[in-house]
Amino acid sequence: MDLGLLVEWIIKSVVIMGVLLTGFAYETWLERKVVSKMQFRIGPNRAGPFGLLLPLADGIKLIFKEELTPAMADKWVFRIAPIMSMVVALITFAVIPVGPSINLFGRVIPLRLADVNIGLMYVLAVSSLGIYGIVLGGWSSNNKYALLGGMRSAAQLISYELALGLSLMGVVMLTGSLSLVDIVNAQAGNFWNWNIFLQPLGFILYGICGLAETNRAPFDLPEAEQELTAGYHTEYSGMKFALFFMAEYINMVNVSAIASTMFLGGWRAPFGFIPEWTGPIWFFIKVITFLFIYIWLRATVPRLRYDQLMNFGWKVLLPLAIANVIVTAITMALRQVYAPNAVVTVTFGSLLLMIAAVFLWRSWTSRSMRRRPPLHGTSAEGAARTA
Amino acid sequence: MSLLLFGILAVIALITAALMVTARNLVHAVLMMVANFGTVAIMYITLSAPFVAVVQVAVYAGAIMVLFLFVVMLLGEQQLSFDEPFAGQRMAAGVLGLLLAIMLLVTLFTASPAVLQTGLTAEQIGRENAQRVGELLYTQYLLPFEATSILLLIAMVGAVVLAKRRLL
Amino acid sequence: MPQDFLPILVLFIMSVGLGILVLIIARLFGPRVPTRAKMMPYESGMRPIGQAMRRLPIRYYLTATLFIVFDIEIVFLYPWAVVYKRMNPIWVGLAEILFFFVLVIIGYVYLLRKGALEWE
Repeated sequence: MDLGLLVEWIIKSVVIMGVLLTGFAYETWLERKVVSKMQFRIGPNRAGPFGLLLPLADGIKLIFKEELTPAMADKWVFRIAPIMSMVVALITFAVIPVGPSINLFGRVIPLRLADVNIGLMYVLAVSSLGIYGIVLGGWSSNNKYALLGGMRSAAQLISYELALGLSLMGVVMLTGSLSLVDIVNAQAGNFWNWNIFLQPLGFILYGICGLAETNRAPFDLPEAEQELTAGYHTEYSGMKFALFFMAEYINMVNVSAIASTMFLGGWRAPFGFIPEWTGPIWFFIKVITFLFIYIWLRATVPRLRYDQLMNFGWKVLLPLAIANVIVTAITMALRQVYAPNAVVTVTFGSLLLMIAAVFLWRSWTSRSMRRRPPLHGTSAEGAARTA
Repeated sequence: MSLLLFGILAVIALITAALMVTARNLVHAVLMMVANFGTVAIMYITLSAPFVAVVQVAVYAGAIMVLFLFVVMLLGEQQLSFDEPFAGQRMAAGVLGLLLAIMLLVTLFTASPAVLQTGLTAEQIGRENAQRVGELLYTQYLLPFEATSILLLIAMVGAVVLAKRRLL
Repeated sequence: MPQDFLPILVLFIMSVGLGILVLIIARLFGPRVPTRAKMMPYESGMRPIGQAMRRLPIRYYLTATLFIVFDIEIVFLYPWAVVYKRMNPIWVGLAEILFFFVLVIIGYVYLLRKGALEWE
């Protein structure tokens, strides 16, 4: 092992951390700005031009805030929980390729931190650890809201993790590799080679599960202000709160980056003739698009009720994800045996399944609505409709 | 280098395991066990078995320990008392633990080299690790795999029977 | 290869360091004026009654157990998904996994019928 390699890793780690943390800061700015525009407000406009310095001001404010530790709290677990959340969010990004290899100062530098052969399973395994920060944060606060929020969040995370793991399986089957670099390379060329056209249902399922895994609207039950004040981080203040906040937003970037890598060609440009070194720019554009959709959904879609949320995960997403894997397997076998050149068969199967699912879903919701009338007023009705 | 790494990891694993056993607070015990599983996962990576490492993290640290944590919360009592739940339990546990240690050591030193060698080079196992596992699992070890799927079905039924008895 | 994971270890150590650093900085700059009322667990202004920890519904236990079962099934499926494309003949791979999925679906239907997936 030579020293140059170690220096390269350290520099890359610093860059990843720097970009993700700045990204986090400006995500909050973007979110405020976009939501305010959607609600016909002005949004942040005081600190700097277009309020661009607001994240900085927020950071300074949080540093100078008093950090409270509630009486009877478990002090060490209370401190460790936010660090766990943030570390898990940061190291998930390690295996995601953001560009091709470039030549710099006579060295070939691949634009990714690590290419591990089991890349995708690494991502799934590490992100499944994110649950501990949330449960332990809620438990150690010695607060009823926090505990309940943490437990709800944990049950939500594990329920949606299943469909999430299955929704990516179709891509793995088509590529025959778990390495994210291989998956990106398999989508080289023009944009119709992207996996989204082979796995439309997988893409939609992953998008929904990703929303739930990051506790974002309409799945932000753990932080439902009206019932749980702030969920698992009710008792957190100052920089400890900032760490949880950071973890949530970095996880949004992770989900967007993985969705781009798996389904939208990763850093690859939409057309084959565009030079490869533009990779990071395309990657950035794709991630920002996903983040914008995240914010858009938050401004548009009302929150689900908790039982609806769990039912949706276990009774809709999980069977659909299983069906997607089966249909992909069957269509791949059919293609290989009868029509080696017909790329469309896999897409066709996926689309057929999607249409069937929509019909089933409609009949299922109408039945469940009859059985269980909404508990109260319009918000529950709205949530039911969007579910 | 790898021996040094193993030494460090082994010490961490032993410390976390000892802390887990001695913790009075059950949530701390769970946390220590997660740390222990993480260390063991890194050991698997140094053994060129990244797939097993990932499974260790995803299933043990990410799923089974979550269940433990839920059970701890379910009971609503995290502090362990000092007295034994069953008389003579500590004594019995000590004897059984000692027996297990002896058995493992004997196995380790008397096992034929064929058991210790897999016949694949580290290079072959490390690269394409998941592929190798898949090839073996779905050809040579197909029957155990399908048997496992039946076992999982039984586990599903068992969970329901345990948790929802009043509905049956 | 084990070496492939070394950069991840570097990032891991650095991010743990960052987390600790952030907490130390906050400790250095933030004021610390604890009062009795301030340290009380927040319950929207009410005086908290009893400990926060109490027994939780058994429903969580069931969800976690079912999660483990399905998680193990997914872990078994990934090695298959990786080699499926190259299986020769591919029908064998399909038959193997369809048998597996039939069992999964039987279990799933059982759960549905028993109401194990209902969240009350």
